[in-house]
Amino acid sequence: MTMTTDPEVAEAADDRPPTPPTVAERRRRRRTPMSWLRGGGLSNLAFVAPMLIVFAVFSWGPIVRAIVMSFQKTNLVAPPVWVGLDNFARVLADPNLGTAVLNTLYFAVLALLFGFPLPILLAVLMSEVRRGKGLYSALAYLPVVVPPVVAVLLWKVFYNASPDGVFNTILGWVGIPPQPWLQSSATVMPSLVLEATWAAAGGAIIIYLAALISVPPELYDAAEVDGAGIWRKIWHVTLPQLRGVLFIMLILQVIATSQVFLEPFLFTGGGPNNATLTILLLIYRYAFQNSLGGAYGEATALSLMLAIFLALLSWAYFKLTERWSTN
Amino acid sequence: MKSSRRIAIAGITALAVAGALAGCTSGSGSEDGRLELRVATFPPGADQAAYDAFAEQESQFEEANPDIDIVGVEYEWTAPTFAAQIAGGSLPDVFTVPFTDSKTLLQNGQLMDVTDEIDELGYADKFNPIILDEVTDSDGRVYGFPRQAYANGLHYNRALFEEAGLDPDSPPTTWDEVRAAAKQISEQTGKAGYATMATGNTGGWQLSTQADSRGASLQTDDGDGTYTSTIDNDATKATLQFLHDLRWEDDSMGSTFDLDWGSINQEFAAGNVGMYTSGSDVYTALVRDFGLQPDDYGLTVIPTENGGGVLGGGDIAVMPPNLDDATKAAAVKWIDWYYMQKLLDEDAAVADAKALSDAGQAVGTPVLPVLDQATYEESLTWIEPYVNVPLDQMAGFTEGIFEQTPIGEFKGQTQPIYALMDNLVQAVLTDENADIDALLAQVDADAQALLDQ
Repeated sequence: MTMTTDPEVAEAADDRPPTPPTVAERRRRRRTPMSWLRGGGLSNLAFVAPMLIVFAVFSWGPIVRAIVMSFQKTNLVAPPVWVGLDNFARVLADPNLGTAVLNTLYFAVLALLFGFPLPILLAVLMSEVRRGKGLYSALAYLPVVVPPVVAVLLWKVFYNASPDGVFNTILGWVGIPPQPWLQSSATVMPSLVLEATWAAAGGAIIIYLAALISVPPELYDAAEVDGAGIWRKIWHVTLPQLRGVLFIMLILQVIATSQVFLEPFLFTGGGPNNATLTILLLIYRYAFQNSLGGAYGEATALSLMLAIFLALLSWAYFKLTERWSTN
Repeated sequence: MKSSRRIAIAGITALAVAGALAGCTSGSGSEDGRLELRVATFPPGADQAAYDAFAEQESQFEEANPDIDIVGVEYEWTAPTFAAQIAGGSLPDVFTVPFTDSKTLLQNGQLMDVTDEIDELGYADKFNPIILDEVTDSDGRVYGFPRQAYANGLHYNRALFEEAGLDPDSPPTTWDEVRAAAKQISEQTGKAGYATMATGNTGGWQLSTQADSRGASLQTDDGDGTYTSTIDNDATKATLQFLHDLRWEDDSMGSTFDLDWGSINQEFAAGNVGMYTSGSDVYTALVRDFGLQPDDYGLTVIPTENGGGVLGGGDIAVMPPNLDDATKAAAVKWIDWYYMQKLLDEDAAVADAKALSDAGQAVGTPVLPVLDQATYEESLTWIEPYVNVPLDQMAGFTEGIFEQTPIGEFKGQTQPIYALMDNLVQAVLTDENADIDALLAQVDADAQALLDQ
């Protein structure tokens, strides 16, 4: 099918006698409940129904409920009371909110600096390997297969701050004194990012490796003819070819790191002295910790604010990168 | 034909999903028509002997109450699981909560009113009034049965004391002696001489305990339903300075500073901690859940100075507010039989002590009376033949505790303020240059903001 934008041609087309409607058009015009039924509408609905029910019960329902709860005072036992915007006001007045936002930002920036380029670099290097590519892929992906809680408990042993701790023993071999790791405000966040990067890099590497396969080899040949070395090939061929994937991975990482919970919750509980209190951990504290279920309203209000912020951020990001990712 | 087959397949799929979803819900009635009562038993990690002892008590109760089917449920009080369980309706019908949280639960409407039942049972006036006050709301309604009380004590490892050249029969009696002993243990054994809880609100709880022993008052009850925070005082400051000096000057607190109730017990039972403060009743859990060697255990009173006292606590047997009348009546019977009668009735006390003793469980762990002093002292004579805890290793506590001034936990926003105080403990243990004055002023202001809400 071809299209034209020439006005004259378009006008001429309008003057033509009307063509008889196609079969599809006739069907569309005569669509009645009976024809929908005969056309297999019921079976289509029956096939979609389980998914619709599961999504409605486990996904959309809770989202709607959370929005409602953010305007209520409820402990899910006594009847809820409507409180307007009180929950939002209390959250915004909480001195811990600023700390949580800054800590989350700090985690996100560190994770971006170390966690984002590393998988790209490893994927490019691995794609250059001629033998045992499968083995390297498996090794890289292995941390993703380890259950996250187990991984954190394992790293907690590594981070043991005594001189007998795993990392401190290794540092001792090269004459570096024992580090406090999780036991100091200064070192705790980088320690968390290190584990988070280790845990997540495998998944990103697999995606980049898949994307690298789609880069036409002729481009590398052409670059080589032009005298490009390995780094120039990466810079001028690989990265531009991967940009669509890179943009998506970047926003996914920003969203994931803005919602970081597992590492601070399991490693430190937000300590020491709130140095790893993140937004999601604050939400968790509202909902479950001190109020004994008395502040679900505050928890859902902050969740809603975070969701709206991330939605706006994603929208702005896609608007800004639209041109670069499609051109 | 093809279409009808598709409809049939789709219908079966939908039914299968609906069936799977329906399977997520569970029934609660007993199959033989008896009323099923789900009751809290032990925290995760309890040994088989504890469950054997419970099974024995369960069959005794069911014999006396043939229409009730007792189902023991593993249970441990933690704030996050409690909030989720009560919202999800999966709490046991009878469970226990600490005094610390009872006021919040009362305000949240999360406990069942049992005023009439306590009156009917006829021992309402036997309770220690200070303790009954923990579960009484402003209208005088009672929401639980205080079942056990404790005072904080100084727990110490006798084996580490001996290894460090200290006399385990003469534990420290002042905070200066605690510091000296901690240093000696650390230097001689390489283990943490002294440790303190710091996370999950337990840091605030134990900072409160240690500050109270130095004469602190952390909160003033204004008498009109409002409270004033007084955390920023010399005794709290002295406590934080003490912890800071043990950590940074003496290096006698090891290298782990994010301990909570469970992990500090674990470290102590494993022989990695010389001394720590906690409730006097923790011996039972140390042996049952954490594998402590009884010979290594020592308990004495917390040193007090400047008119300080000893912080107490305890727990309460309660029910969720949404039980039906029949289940509530059964739950009251169970609480009366399982928790209360052994404090009141000789036969029940002896039966309980015998069941526990036969199963190798601790009998005679030092506690404080929830009922009047005379009833308590009489009950001790009933169970004397079954006492199997090493009381001579706890002499420092049992001989000194009734000479100390008991102090209750502050009542306004207890847990949220403990959470704020966690940060004080964590700051002095993880930052050598922590500005104690500034931190105290900040926490005091934040606590007052919470109290003013």
